[in-house]
Amino acid sequence: MLDQPHVPLTVMAQLTQGSFALDVSWQGDCRLLGLFGPSGSGKTTLLEVIAGLRRPRHARIVVSDRVLVDTATGTHTHVRDRGIGYAPQDAALFPHLDVRGNITYGAGRGGSAPLDGLLRMLEIEPLIDRPIQGLSGGERQRVALARALASSPSLLLLDEPLSAVDVPLRRRILELLGSWIAEAGIPAIHVSHDEADLRVAADQIVVMSDGRLVGQA
Amino acid sequence: MISGELLSILQLTVVVALAATLAMLPPGVALALWLARSRSWLKAPVETLVTLPLVLPPVATGFLLLRLLGRRGWFGALLDRAGIDIIFTWKALVIAMVVMGLPLVVRSARAGFEQGTRRFEQMAETLGAGPLRVFLTISLPLARRSVLAGALLGFSRALGEFGASMVIAGSIPGETRTVALAMYGFLETGRDHDAATLAVASLVIAFVAVWISNRLVRERA
Repeated sequence: MLDQPHVPLTVMAQLTQGSFALDVSWQGDCRLLGLFGPSGSGKTTLLEVIAGLRRPRHARIVVSDRVLVDTATGTHTHVRDRGIGYAPQDAALFPHLDVRGNITYGAGRGGSAPLDGLLRMLEIEPLIDRPIQGLSGGERQRVALARALASSPSLLLLDEPLSAVDVPLRRRILELLGSWIAEAGIPAIHVSHDEADLRVAADQIVVMSDGRLVGQA
Repeated sequence: MISGELLSILQLTVVVALAATLAMLPPGVALALWLARSRSWLKAPVETLVTLPLVLPPVATGFLLLRLLGRRGWFGALLDRAGIDIIFTWKALVIAMVVMGLPLVVRSARAGFEQGTRRFEQMAETLGAGPLRVFLTISLPLARRSVLAGALLGFSRALGEFGASMVIAGSIPGETRTVALAMYGFLETGRDHDAATLAVASLVIAFVAVWISNRLVRERA
């Protein structure tokens, strides 16, 4: 992996939803931060708070020197202005667009990553003109990952991005993804309940349980 | 065989109903999207107001429109000063059809916007899309079946509009005399055969429109 500088990241968020309470505070330098924990521990909720899809009660989220949210000062950057590349676990591909339409949807945002390299890395070149209805779960996830990477984000949020992909291909892509992220200099948070996946590329791993960060793995 | 008179009545009705359908789509879709997304306190009163024409006697809706658009009405006085005449013209007919058909467009389109388009809108926002791009490239294409189904229902409702039209547009041959108004006139003057011919013609048009609308809703589900 290339030795790119780490990006300072501050994530402090408190949110209550029914009986679930998210209370997270983390500050450090990040390149590819692994977030590990069991289902229901709040990993996805935390990513959605960072992406701006959920509004926390109290929060301060700073990427590099850019304040995305600071409830103390009333700062709340809109979702579209956060520069987030989000690959959710369910892929959430636009069902009425083909693979190319999905991947290039966010490509207009301030320059775009070369498409050919992304397609090759994720092994989805043959799918480019296919409608998404015929894709398998793993193919959908790889297209969603390409869509997030192609949008030239300033922060990548990867939520179990390859959980439906078979293990050998998953590990191969994760290795390439780690190099891609380091080369692009884009900080990333990779969520998984499989610690072995995180160990492939993450430079540090934090453990989450019951809505809290409880230590490092 | 349909006579020239009946054909021209049918033609006028279909053209005006189509114009009304096109006119009810932009406000109908905008209201549907707002009702599907908004958390404002205004949502309940607006929703109720839009639904009212479905439950009010159509003649009462026509009367309210007359008070609004008549020469001495709140809005009609302004139009009169600008030299625009609405009452007892085809424009009044279109307005009556729009008001009566709008609730159907709003209800159907709203169901489309509430059925799982939000997640994709959010994804588009994370990718930097602004509100207009999200609406044109995500919300509207995904809800298109519901919007089209609503438009067909609104068109069917416009075809059969009678009460409100009678009050604000009258039944002027060649200008505001639609199928429903003409049928009533024919029955009053003993032209039962012509009334029956128009009834069958409107039945066929309305059946096809509602059948397609129901099919669109089923495919959406």
